[in-house]
Formats: sequence, structure tokens, C-alpha cells
Amino acid sequence: MSAGQGAAADPFVRLEGVSHVYGGAAALKAGTGTLAVDGLDITIGRGEFAAVVGPSGCGKSTLMKLATGLQFPVGGTVSVAGEPVTKPVKIAGMAFQAPNLLPWRTTLDNLMLPLEVVEPHRRRLRWNKAEYVDRAERLLASVGLAGFGDKFPWQLSGGMQMRAALCRALIHEPQLLMLDEPFGALDAFTREELWCVIRDLHQRTGITVVLVTHDLREAVFLADRIFVMSARPGRILVERTVGIARPRDLEITYTAGFQEIVHELRGHIVEARR
Amino acid sequence: MTATPVLIRFAPWIFTVGLFVIWEAVCRLFAIPPFFLPPPSLVFGAMVQFWRPLVDNSLVTLVTTLIGFLLAVGFGLLLGLAIGASRTVYAGVYPLMIGFNAIPKVAVVPILVLWFGIGAVPAVLTAFLISFFPIVVNVATGLATIEPELEDVLKALGASKLDIMRKVGIPRALPYFFGSLKIAITLAFVGSVISESVASNRGIGNLMLQAQALFQVPLVFAGLIALAVEGIVMYAAMAWLEKRTTGWAQRSGFGT
Ligand SMILES: Nc1ncnc2c1ncn2[C@@H]1O[C@H](COP(=O)(O)OP(=O)(O)OP(=O)(O)O)[C@@H](O)[C@H]1O
Ligand SMILES: [Mg+2]
Repeated sequence: MSAGQGAAADPFVRLEGVSHVYGGAAALKAGTGTLAVDGLDITIGRGEFAAVVGPSGCGKSTLMKLATGLQFPVGGTVSVAGEPVTKPVKIAGMAFQAPNLLPWRTTLDNLMLPLEVVEPHRRRLRWNKAEYVDRAERLLASVGLAGFGDKFPWQLSGGMQMRAALCRALIHEPQLLMLDEPFGALDAFTREELWCVIRDLHQRTGITVVLVTHDLREAVFLADRIFVMSARPGRILVERTVGIARPRDLEITYTAGFQEIVHELRGHIVEARR
Repeated sequence: MTATPVLIRFAPWIFTVGLFVIWEAVCRLFAIPPFFLPPPSLVFGAMVQFWRPLVDNSLVTLVTTLIGFLLAVGFGLLLGLAIGASRTVYAGVYPLMIGFNAIPKVAVVPILVLWFGIGAVPAVLTAFLISFFPIVVNVATGLATIEPELEDVLKALGASKLDIMRKVGIPRALPYFFGSLKIAITLAFVGSVISESVASNRGIGNLMLQAQALFQVPLVFAGLIALAVEGIVMYAAMAWLEKRTTGWAQRSGFGT
């Protein structure tokens, strides 16, 4: 089993006493910026599946941006894989609620986009194209999109586009997968299908996953640990270890133990919104 | 009544012919004097009679317009890219552009004549000045509306500003750019004809002015029709180009 050992053993993503204001230091001094998160402490272990839930606007996306080096905190420290974050974290892959595939590229070429940007693939891509195409096709097959590589995004359903976006996040073999409400726009059945895709991926590769979601069932089904954030400025209110044995089947979402955790989390969120 | 595909196909021709028929009928029915509004039969007569000067001057206007238009494409593309890529350039240039666009271009023609004399140069420049604005605005819009999430995905991978422009911004701006060409080419015709009728001795604009002075009203209308035909042909050419180059945008309906 890859996960569940907790953060203490081998911390991978670590935010300590982090506060962040949009608009930079100037906005902070002038007091005009929004204090998005304040005193945020979170540690996620290597190979762990962490979920973050909290009221809307509490700073969940901000947490993702801080952990990937897209924003830098005004206070506190952020480190990933033991290194302080001072520039974008290239060992991370990201997917958001909108698949954001480029409509003028085929699905396969959309997957190749990160490789055209990130080193060392960028240098190697031209002469090792076949190898990378092979990798992309294997990845597509692993999410059930075998044979769809030459289709354009607008020829795919919403769920299929999301699968492709997941593949794009994974193509450069990141060690950290950041998912910000990735299934928010999908219907319930497609969403559960994709839960299983992510579950299997995590099981297979042992990748560290941080999932932001509004769906508490999703969080409990997928995560090893769930962090509940307070209303803005966000910090961690509650940390809940799920403790349901893996591999998990969709059926467990109907068990009493599962429902109990969902209820408990719901209570915390209601509290946080006050 | 259900519209059959055949009917839709021929609708443009039916409506065009219908317009001329009504025009002719109105002229005859109300016995409108031809020097006030000549019926289409007289206009077409004038077209046949004066086909040579009409064709010559149409070509002059076409060439003038195209040169001005091409200048606008080059300049508009560059400025649009600069504005779309840099906030500083955007903040600095945009108000100037709005102000400039608000100036009626007729008012600029006398200045151009002062600098370049009567002839083709003011006409080319007027066409250029009037048509570059929509190109700039569209290219800049295409660049400025990149989805922030997609930008984040690429930035997190270490993409430079240039990478993002090349991989996402420019391909994304292309449909906006080609879309703007349709508007720009029609505006370019307006520009060159304005200038020709004020400050040139060639071109359709000038021909119409002379015909008017000689009270050859059917010839004035013949000039108008020549302009309309040129405008439609160039518009169709730009629409075709747009379809050829950025078909994906029309099939996908953008960003879905
Ligand atoms: N680019 C930005 N510029 C200025 N303020 C921002 C920016 N992004 C977020 N904020 C502010 O920071 C706060 C936290 O935003 P964030 O996007 O992290 O919330 P969230 O928890 O992801 O919300 P949601 O659940 O609705 O996605 C909000 O109050 C928001 O107004
Ligand atoms: Mg968010």
C-alpha cells in the first residue's frame, strides 16, 4: 500500500505559517489587498492522497498556487520535495474544473503540449517523438481513451475531455498531481467513473495527489487525509484521517462508516462558514 | 412555409434581382426624373457605355485599397501583438488608439494632401488609417483572453511568456485576426474612396465626383455598383481565407 502512512514519515509538500495577499507587497502595505490565507499549516506525505475542502472563496485554489510556485507567500515558508519553492514547481502536474484543451490541436497534440515546454523533454522531443507519442497513447489507454488521440477536443464528451486533461497533467511524469475541483462540471455517473480512474492511477504509480473539491463523498472516497479549511482568510481547521482500507470499491460509499465521515465533515464545513 | 436548401442557396440572387426590379418599378410608377434617381436600366446602360473608364478606375481603387489594407494588416498585427502581450503597452497605447479611431478620417485627408500632394498616396494612407483599428483590437483581444488556468498549467511547467504566446496566444488570436479582416477590407474601401473623391484625379471616387459635376447621374450610380461589387468580392475572399485557416474555431464554438 502506497499511502496512508501520514505526513510525518516523509513530508513532500509543506506549508508552514503561510499567509498570502493578492496584489503583492505593495497591496499588503497599503492594506488594499485581499488576505486570502493566513497562518496556513499543512504537510502532505510522499505518496499520500490529500483532499482539501472548505467554504467557497476560503483560499483553496490559493493553496494550490502557493504549493506549485505560481504565487509566493508574504509570510511563512513553502517547500516541495525538501526544496523551498522559489520558482514554478516543475515536478507538479495540474488539472482544473475546465479541461482547457486547445481546440486547434488533436487530443494527442494537446497531451504533447507540456512536453514542448518543460525540460528535459523539450530538448528531447524532436528526436524522440515516437517514444513520447507511445507514452501519450499508453496514458490515454489507461484512462479509457485508447484510439481517441487523433480526435479534436470538441469531438469528445465533457468526461472524455476531463480524462484528456488529466493525461496532459501526467504526461511529463510529475511526482505531484494537483487537482482543483476537477470533476465539478461533470454528471454524477461520469464523476464516479473518473474517481475510479484517479484511484487506480494513484494506486498504480504512488504519485502524491492534492485534490480540492466541494464534494465530500469524493473527498472521503479518494483521500487518505482530508483537510477542512476555515472561511477566508483560510487556514486548516480540522484534519481527518479517513482510514478506510484500500483498494476501495464504489460500493463502500453506501456503507455506514463512510456516511459517518461525510456527515462529520459536513458539520465542520457548516461550522467553518459561520 | 418551409425553406428548402435550394431556396436558401438562391436567396441572395433572388433578393438582389428583386431589389433592382422594385427600384425600376418605383422609378417608372412615380415617374421619378432620371437626374434625381435613375432606374437600374439606365444605370446598366451607363455601365455598358462607360465600361472602359469604370473598369480602369475600379482597378485603381482596388489596388489603392489593397495596398492600404496590407499595410494595415502588417501594422495592425504587430501593434495588436504588442498590446496583447504587454500590460504596459496596453495601458499606454489603448487610450491613444481610441482617440485616434474617433477622428473622422475625412478630416485627415487634407493633412495628407498637404504632406503628400494630390494622388494615390493619400488614398492608400486613408485606407490604411481607417482599417487598422479593428485588426489591432481583435488581435489584442484574442491574446488577452487566454484562460488563466491554462496559463497556470503552462507557467507551472516553467513556460516563458514567449512560450505561452507561441503555443497558445497566437493560435488563439488567429480566428479573431482573420475575422477582423472582413471588417477591415470593407473599411479600407471606404477610406480610399473618401480620399479619391476629395483629393485624387483617379479611382472610382474621383469618377463619381466628375460624373456628378457633369450631371451624368446614371454613371454616378454605376460607380456605386462597381464599388459594391468590389466590396462583396473582397469580403468573400476574406471570409474564405478565414474559413480555410481557422476552421476549428467555427466548428468548435470556442472554449467549450
Ligand atoms: N488573482 C486574484 N487576485 C486577487 N484576489 C484573488 C485572486 N484569486 C483569488 N483571490 C481572492 O483570494 C481569496 C481566495 O480565493 P481562492 O480562489 O483561493 O478561493 P477558493 O477557496 O479556491 O474558492 P472556490 O471554492 O470558490 O474555488 C478570495 O477571496 C478571492 O477573492
Ligand atoms: Mg478555487
